[in-house]
Amino acid sequence: MWMKLSDIKVGEEARVTDIRVNGDIKRRLYDIGLIPGTIIKAVMQSPFGEPIAYNIRGSIIAIRKEDTSKILVEVL
Amino acid sequence: MTYKIALAGNPNVGKSTIFNALTGLHQHTGNWSGKTVSNAKGLYCYNGNEYELYDLPGTYSLIAHSEEELVARDFICFEDSDMTIVVCDAIMLERNLNLILQIIEINPQVLVCVNLLDEAKKKGIEIDLLKLEQKLGVKVVGTTARKGIGLDSLKEKVEQMVLEKTSIKGITINYGKELEKSITNIRNYLDKLKLGINTRWLALRLLCNDKEAVKSCFNYLNFDIDNDSDLLKLIDKEVRFLDKNNIKRDEINEVVVNTIFDISKMISLEVVSYSKIDYDKRDRKIDRILTNKITGIPIMILSLLGILWLTIVGSNYPSSLLYDFLFSLEQPLYNLLSFLPSFLQDMLVLGMYRTVAWVVSVMLPPMAIFFPLFTILEDLGYLPRIAFNLDKFFKKCSSCGKQALCMCMGFGCNAVGVTGSRIIDSKRERLIAILTNCFVPCNGRFPMIIAIITMFFVGFNTGIVSSLTSALFLLLVILLGIGMTFLVSWILSKTLLKGEPTSFVLELPPYRRPQILKVIGRSIVDRTLHILGRAIAVAAPCGIIVFLLSNIMIDGNNILSIIANYLDPLADLIGLDGVIILAFILGFPANEIVIPIMLMMYLNTGTLVEYDSLESLKTILLNNGWTWLTAVCVVVFSLLHFPCSTTCLTIKKETNSWKWAILGFIIPTMVGILMCFIITTVVRLLGLV
Repeated sequence: MWMKLSDIKVGEEARVTDIRVNGDIKRRLYDIGLIPGTIIKAVMQSPFGEPIAYNIRGSIIAIRKEDTSKILVEVL
Repeated sequence: MTYKIALAGNPNVGKSTIFNALTGLHQHTGNWSGKTVSNAKGLYCYNGNEYELYDLPGTYSLIAHSEEELVARDFICFEDSDMTIVVCDAIMLERNLNLILQIIEINPQVLVCVNLLDEAKKKGIEIDLLKLEQKLGVKVVGTTARKGIGLDSLKEKVEQMVLEKTSIKGITINYGKELEKSITNIRNYLDKLKLGINTRWLALRLLCNDKEAVKSCFNYLNFDIDNDSDLLKLIDKEVRFLDKNNIKRDEINEVVVNTIFDISKMISLEVVSYSKIDYDKRDRKIDRILTNKITGIPIMILSLLGILWLTIVGSNYPSSLLYDFLFSLEQPLYNLLSFLPSFLQDMLVLGMYRTVAWVVSVMLPPMAIFFPLFTILEDLGYLPRIAFNLDKFFKKCSSCGKQALCMCMGFGCNAVGVTGSRIIDSKRERLIAILTNCFVPCNGRFPMIIAIITMFFVGFNTGIVSSLTSALFLLLVILLGIGMTFLVSWILSKTLLKGEPTSFVLELPPYRRPQILKVIGRSIVDRTLHILGRAIAVAAPCGIIVFLLSNIMIDGNNILSIIANYLDPLADLIGLDGVIILAFILGFPANEIVIPIMLMMYLNTGTLVEYDSLESLKTILLNNGWTWLTAVCVVVFSLLHFPCSTTCLTIKKETNSWKWAILGFIIPTMVGILMCFIITTVVRLLGLV
């Protein structure tokens, strides 16, 4: 099932299928290894609901909702 | 012989630790990404040769987009270094390999240093270094830098590499038939130009349309690509060729990135083995507590309160000890200088020595205690969690969550906080962080705040209750500063620095056990030396100036009281007096000296009281018309006023414009004046004073 990364709940795992952002943020995501095909897991949520931190290739990275809502994933 | 060596790597993998261990320097280290913001240079000797080591800012890749990454990339690409040591984190080898591969692609004179081996082992992660060496085609060495393990072998391998000068080939990445064909075609053309640079890499950058890299490359080579129409045509032809083969113009870069990540993954699958599946279980458990909806924020506030309390309790005793000691020397010193004219004798002892003694005894202990305590939190890896917890507020202010990290640095020193704001990518958000940084009271300011709180609001009991009350008051002051940071950030992003919040990517590093004794030992020594240095450099001349101002007479009045009287009406509106304002102005070089200057001025304007403790200090202040309102306003004004001269100059340096430095001076001052005015007016209208 395809959905937005921002809709993934803490504890769920998903595979990135498409990244619909451009420019700096896209390169930033590529830098940390968030590219199509990457398996990513939501691990925790900030006390105020966002950002959410994800396990990406072994490191924990927090990303804001504005950005994760433009990343499409397939829940595993 | 002197060899030039670059030290590169992802953020937070221990580059600075290795740098310090090799060079014996004290580059500040901390457990979060972006600690090193500019190139630090150090020297070490090994077997008679000298090695110049350049600690580059940490980067995830060489496709630069922030300033720190630009610095690192340009150094690796264009600086004529003999080799690059790429430090990487054994726990996250896969992601680190991405950078290693990119660096090898530019210049294969690389030594890979797999650091943090002890932590990896604890987490059940084993790395086959020999196999990694085979896969990458470059030398690999394993280290645990903070325990000093592997450093000898690192130095040995560096020596081997620079002495043997064997050309290392390194792994070549295969980007697939079509792309390789295009690379070769462009490369053949570039080779004819004899540019003296890695043409395969440049060809790839040209194909990827990496404008930044190409620009600085040709700048460096003094070559104008726009004049070479053949090259432009060739690139265009190759791009069209790729387009026909299903690699679209704007997808070339993606193919490159994906290929490198695929290879990283493949290598990491072959060399890394995990014996525990949930190796980061403990970290996630701690995270759940520290970032929890219910406990996250209270723990943050409590840990700040704890640090403040320890600072207050811990500094009481050494402070009075130093005080007694230094002032017991005053009379002997005075007698010793009796051969001088009495004016000079007074100036040196009552002016200079007293001010320095004051700064050292009242300001030094809290500063020397707060700093290591905060460093321990930093080493643990807690600071990025604070940024994570608070990001939502920063987003509401259209600014960046990493601003929280700059604020944390500001507690130590606002100038450092301003420099540290380089970790923020967006220029607009960076400026907000820079302009608001001084709303966090720096180490030089809160001893002053503590002293006033103790005198006027808590009392002089030494029990646990009163020290806790002091800490609570101080916490309130700091929370006010944080609140002002949000408010002013919000106002700035709606007016002067209008804009939407940009994206935010923050790494939360694994927790590390801080080396408590080392931190305490080093920061006490470092801080003590630093403060003593400043005390002598700034407090001493200021003591002399104050002495002169209060002893040179014009028409029967000393200059000091003339200026103070002149400032009085204005000062009165904001609950202060002329002397206090003058002390803040004279304290521009360093906030540490504001209270001592104030005291000198009060003492020199007639009301001479023998002072031997905070209690007598309070008497002096009361005799000079202080009320609790004055105390509140001084505390508020010391929180909200112009940053010290060092910080102002740093703002100028960082923003490259006087405009922002001047705004950085004016904004907090206006905020402070406004706040004090409101407080004073309300209190007076209500008839509370």
